[in-house]
Amino acid sequence: MSHSTDATPGHAPTARGYLIGFVLALVLTLIPFGVVAFGLLSQGMALIVIAIAAILQLAVHLRFFLHLDMSTEQRWNTISILFSLLIMVVMVGGTMWLFYSLYVRHMMVGH
Amino acid sequence: MKTVLAAARADTEVNFGFWVYLMSDVIIFSMLFLVYVDLSQRYAGGPTASEVFELRGVFLETMALLFSSLTFGMAMVSLHQGHKSRVMAWLGATFVLGAFFLGHELSEFIKLVHEGASFTRSGFLSAYFGLVGTHGTHVFFGLIWVVVMVVQIQLHGLTAPIASRLARLSLFWHFLDLVWICVFSTVYLPGVMQ
Amino acid sequence: MFGKLTLEAFSHDSLIIVFANVVMIGAGLLVVGLVTYYRQWGYLYREWFTTVDHKKIGVMYIIIALIFLLRGFIDASMVRAQQATAGPGMDGYLHAGHFAELFTGHGTMMIFFMAMPFLVGLMNIAIPLQIGARDVSYPLLNAISLWLTAAAGALVMISLLIGQFSEAGWSGYTPFSGLEASPSSGVDYWIWALQISGISTTLTGINFLVTILKKRAPGMGFMRMPMFTWTALCTNILMVLAFPALTAALALLALDRSVGTHFFTGTMGGDQMMYINMFWVWGHPEVYILVLPAFGVFSEVTATYCNKRLFGYTSMVWATMAIAFLSFTVWVHHFFTMGQDPLRNAAFGIATMIIAIPTGVKIYDWMWTMFRGRIEFKLPMLWLIGFLITFTMGGMSGVLLAIPGADFKMHNSLFLVAHFHNVLIPGTMFGLLAGFYYWFPKSFGFTLDEKWGRRSFWGWLIGFYVAFVPLYMLGIMGMPRRMVTYDNPAWQIWLIIAAIGAIIVAYGIFSMFMQIYVSVRDREKNRDLSGDPWGGRTLEWSIASPPPEYNFAVIPEVRDRDAFMEMKVNDTAYLRPERYEDIHMPRSTPIAIVIAGLAFFFGFAFVWHIWWLAGLCLAGIVGSVIARSFNTDTEFVIPAEEVERTEDAFHRQLEADGAFERVKGLKHYGDERSPHAHLAEPVERGTPA
Repeated sequence: MSHSTDATPGHAPTARGYLIGFVLALVLTLIPFGVVAFGLLSQGMALIVIAIAAILQLAVHLRFFLHLDMSTEQRWNTISILFSLLIMVVMVGGTMWLFYSLYVRHMMVGH
Repeated sequence: MKTVLAAARADTEVNFGFWVYLMSDVIIFSMLFLVYVDLSQRYAGGPTASEVFELRGVFLETMALLFSSLTFGMAMVSLHQGHKSRVMAWLGATFVLGAFFLGHELSEFIKLVHEGASFTRSGFLSAYFGLVGTHGTHVFFGLIWVVVMVVQIQLHGLTAPIASRLARLSLFWHFLDLVWICVFSTVYLPGVMQ
Repeated sequence: MFGKLTLEAFSHDSLIIVFANVVMIGAGLLVVGLVTYYRQWGYLYREWFTTVDHKKIGVMYIIIALIFLLRGFIDASMVRAQQATAGPGMDGYLHAGHFAELFTGHGTMMIFFMAMPFLVGLMNIAIPLQIGARDVSYPLLNAISLWLTAAAGALVMISLLIGQFSEAGWSGYTPFSGLEASPSSGVDYWIWALQISGISTTLTGINFLVTILKKRAPGMGFMRMPMFTWTALCTNILMVLAFPALTAALALLALDRSVGTHFFTGTMGGDQMMYINMFWVWGHPEVYILVLPAFGVFSEVTATYCNKRLFGYTSMVWATMAIAFLSFTVWVHHFFTMGQDPLRNAAFGIATMIIAIPTGVKIYDWMWTMFRGRIEFKLPMLWLIGFLITFTMGGMSGVLLAIPGADFKMHNSLFLVAHFHNVLIPGTMFGLLAGFYYWFPKSFGFTLDEKWGRRSFWGWLIGFYVAFVPLYMLGIMGMPRRMVTYDNPAWQIWLIIAAIGAIIVAYGIFSMFMQIYVSVRDREKNRDLSGDPWGGRTLEWSIASPPPEYNFAVIPEVRDRDAFMEMKVNDTAYLRPERYEDIHMPRSTPIAIVIAGLAFFFGFAFVWHIWWLAGLCLAGIVGSVIARSFNTDTEFVIPAEEVERTEDAFHRQLEADGAFERVKGLKHYGDERSPHAHLAEPVERGTPA
């Protein structure tokens, strides 16, 4: 059935790659948990640190665990996740922008 | 093991379809996150986020999932080296870590329900149980899948179809860890600080 | 034991519903009786129920669509009849609850069980053939999608007999669809019918997305894909990324209704507006899921029947992609009146208007394709011209509604109802019917009757105008949608005219079924021996009608956008290889109907809170999937000799039909007469490096 003739040699996953990814992910988990557990920063700053650590960790997972890159084998996977994330940002961001306005206006009505 | 590798490569079409399915799951989860963010302050006079969440348990769960990502990675490394027993051992370790995660999460849920913080109490708690529960359900099906794969490896060995299925399970398992990063960064850590 | 299900659910106070049940059960028994009498169960089981062949799956999708076209239309006529007879001082013949079930059922069935299966059916029939593939990427998943759609449709049908259907409108707005306002089982039926068919659609989207990206014949780069394949690709992307939003919304609504959560309840911290938001996050892309494949059909038929290369292919591709992306950015125009500030409304209003630009590009491309073409006025050209004029009007009323200020006045009025029927009937229905006529001979090996087809066209077109122009008037006069009675005497005459329009459409639908009947009766006269009845330009016309199970004995090499036309012009059509090879095909399996059957009972159990049955069915579905994964014997081989025999027979037919002579006489692509031929972007021929 399958007539895929993709002959590019795939890079086999290595223990080293997974370990690097794991250590990076561990650090990026410990930072936000530490910030919250020990109350190191103000709430606003802490939220920013949490957000940055999360985004970095997502990138680490995608690179080291899911092996995403622009090689021929992975290109469509990468394109599809980028497009999905774009649509997700439109849906979620658009809704939050919309509901924020609703929230503010209803609060004003309440006062 | 050359044949296994070749077969796994020829299977990129199947794996791509699974990846596309994961993309649709991304949208489901993003909707659940959206609902959670919308409802996260709506306590309806019930318990608040900082009263409900407990950081120590969440940290344990997070570590379990993170370590399980590593053990699954090691299973994939062993697969490409063709070590059947090592693959099964790493899969076993992944199962134990995943089961620990799920068991811990379930006991937290049961505790909350007994404390009167059940999913019927407020919009906030509905959204919390809905989002975290959906992730937990995924982990549950992931565990079933791990068991099925261990049985199939035992029966058939590291054949090409099994290598291909393991590649998809690997995508699924790492994907669940990705979602969990978003869960603790959106739900637990900001919730505890309130 | 049986949850909320009691004998009371079987009793109906309305005689009309009792009558409908008698008809439904009678028709069901008749079909069962006929199949038994002619001893066809074995044949049906072997060749249809267990098949994973995309061509047969496509046919079954369209059968589902036609059944629900009838039911959805009956509901619509009853709504029209009620409003025509319910003027001041009159009550009509329906009570409010039944009326609400009818307009809910009409919308739900027409969108989910008529339009969606119809377009998925056309995709199944045409896409693998157009891209030169032997099947879709996941044939079994394809069968599961089909039977899940059937299971969901069965849930809608059974709601007529046991319990009732939703009264909350096809969009099921909370809090009305919540448990407090709608305690009956109707909304649950609606939820699970949509949920199961939605999952089926997501799986279809994944399947065809991968098929189109990964299974194209060698040489078919993106800019050589037939236009229908392009629009289907964009539709599948929308299916994969939009339907999960509906899945999530419905799942949370189901939790609200059955386990007492507070996602959308409006009390206890729920947010009823979030449901409406999520519904339209899916709902607006859904409109383009329905409309884009029809655009693709129109592109195919215009090029074929105008005997010209499609004008502005590149602009058409970019317009399709632009529409697909923009469709995700406009959903808020469905609820401008929610209470957000004018900035938000203006932004989404402008985004909505922008969609008119790529759509306009397409309209011009079709018109320029017709310009100076040698037009054959076959039925699809009539649908095309009817579509161009009618759809443009509908689009313009849409641009009007995209102005938030105007929308405040018009929304929830019959003006809106007129608008979306004005886009969906020409934009989707006409396109689907054009595609039905166009690809019918490919599926069955004989062409459809032209005379009854034309009657059907005029019935639909005239009926449409008579039925919906009055609704525009009524909307401007201020009549809200979904009114069971009203006391404004000025409205009634328009509603009576609209009801007459429904009767004319009924004639169109009747003619369509007559067309099928007459064509089947006279099939020997209308045989399509060459597999290429229209002088087609794309690969599906290069093989026999109906195609052999393996589609292509040899996977074709594509050297041009109009791949088959290029072969005909360069005398490489119908070439035979020196020797044929064995072909591996997926084996038939009953697993798809087993899974779908379990899904049906799962939905039914959830509707009536029969938790043990729901759990059992879910476990059964997971168990079936696992059991299947242990099955390693899923393919069979068609030996080379058999392939050769089949192809020999086809070539004898081609000889008898004079196809070889016809092809020999063909020396150009057909657009040489046009002074603007150079604008039609002739593509470089030859194999890409």
